[in-house]
Amino acid sequence: MKHVLPVAIVVAAIIALWYVACLFMNAQLQRDLFANSGNTTYSASDFVTAEWSMERPKLPAPHQIVAELDHTIFGMDPSSKRSLVYHASITLQETLLGFAIGSALGILLAVLVVHLRGLDKSLMPWIVASQTIPIIALAPMIVVILNQFDITGVLPKAVIAAYLSFFPVTVGMVKGLRSPDPLQLDLMRTYSATRTQTFFKLRAPASAPFFFASMKVAVAAALVGAVVAEVTKSEDGGLGARLLAGSYYGQTVQIWAALFAAAICSAALVAIVGLVDRATARRMGYAR
Amino acid sequence: MKFRAANLAAPTLFGLGVLLLWEAIVRGFNVPRIILPAPSAIISRLVYSVPTLAADFAQTVQGVLAGYAIGCAAGLIVAILIDRTPFLQRGLLPLGNLVSALPIVGVAPIMVMWFGFDWQSKAAVVVVMTFFPMLVNAVAGLASAGPMERDLMKTYGATYGQTLTKLRLPSALPFIFNALKINSTLAMIGAIVAEFFGTPVVGMGFRINTEVGRMNIDMVWATIVVAAVTGSLFYGVVALIERQVTFWHASYRQRPA
Repeated sequence: MKHVLPVAIVVAAIIALWYVACLFMNAQLQRDLFANSGNTTYSASDFVTAEWSMERPKLPAPHQIVAELDHTIFGMDPSSKRSLVYHASITLQETLLGFAIGSALGILLAVLVVHLRGLDKSLMPWIVASQTIPIIALAPMIVVILNQFDITGVLPKAVIAAYLSFFPVTVGMVKGLRSPDPLQLDLMRTYSATRTQTFFKLRAPASAPFFFASMKVAVAAALVGAVVAEVTKSEDGGLGARLLAGSYYGQTVQIWAALFAAAICSAALVAIVGLVDRATARRMGYAR
Repeated sequence: MKFRAANLAAPTLFGLGVLLLWEAIVRGFNVPRIILPAPSAIISRLVYSVPTLAADFAQTVQGVLAGYAIGCAAGLIVAILIDRTPFLQRGLLPLGNLVSALPIVGVAPIMVMWFGFDWQSKAAVVVVMTFFPMLVNAVAGLASAGPMERDLMKTYGATYGQTLTKLRLPSALPFIFNALKINSTLAMIGAIVAEFFGTPVVGMGFRINTEVGRMNIDMVWATIVVAAVTGSLFYGVVALIERQVTFWHASYRQRPA
């Protein structure tokens, strides 16, 4: 637990800096506001408190974001379209579905690449190349194409989430399935194990640490994919749609609240994968 | 590692095969142009609209390169700074790891509000996106020099600066290049997504979003081809430089046959 104190201090410093930054970034706006309302006799402390509680600040103060989060998470009916719980649940559905599709596809590809020599040479370069492409550019189009086939709702966005999350899984699992060293593979051969046996008894267990490492990356990537997909198809709601609506109407507090909600979701998902990882590691005996 | 023709031939054949199959399916089943245009249609569209695509390219790449340079440099500098104070390292690193798992593209609407519609706001998004991967990787890289090497530097009576430039930065290079490669992709993504949130009427993200709305799917594909080639070239150039600079690293050494 030697990290707790330093992290707490750094976080406190960031929050303090944030408040200071608010003063600078909102100063002009607040001056104009006071000038417009004819208020010329304000004191410095009036000015500062006003800056920290503006309705549409350039940079909202942390307590405003927390208040907005509190209001839209706990202060509202979860089925209301203004509730962040409603939007977050949409995003999470897309993320989890996309993550499931993406990691299944990623594992399948990795198994194929490890076992078929031809694929390793012909497919792997394309898998790598597919990631140097700004995939997100495809998002609006995938949504439109799937719409033509009457596929709407969660699935098109899950597909984009899957596209983003399959790559780390493939790369990590190829590495993991190849991680047994030649000695161990030779041992399997002396046992005259079949390829299936070698796979399930040696390769798959050996890839467990790689599996969880890539799952963490993949679940975070899936959430990014879901959020961006929602930006391009915002009428169904979701945290990405909240971001877009906030930017249309200049509701900065709403944007920041949506951003924090997305961050909390992402951190929670990664933490869950981490917990499963630790439990598995302990059971399988590779925990440090 | 030498480039052998066979290494290049397999993926090329595979890619050509996919393109041929694509063309055949589109023509054979008469797939509507709105759903999936044939590769030949995309290429003709690409050739036909070079001026537009070139303008989009220039607009987007400006933001990408500016943001990439600032973000990576800042990440590296901060990494070197906090490397001297273990306290900051312990405080910042868990945060850095946390932040790299967050959907940072979400800051795009905020940056567009702060820096306006032009490329500066795109660069700002890219700076935020590329900073943390570089920070985390560079800190890990700076810590990667072994105790033996460090002791050697100490016996030479090397100063902090000498140890940094002659031992620790070189040994951090593979990590730094790893971040540079990750960031090359992130930078393109950041700039294009930021353009979804507002841009002057030029730029790849803008083009994709509007042409999807107008059902000009072949133009969307043409833009995606440009974006894909740009992204791959960007990555390729960084990888090439990496190979030149870190030729000594184990992953590039020739394996004994």
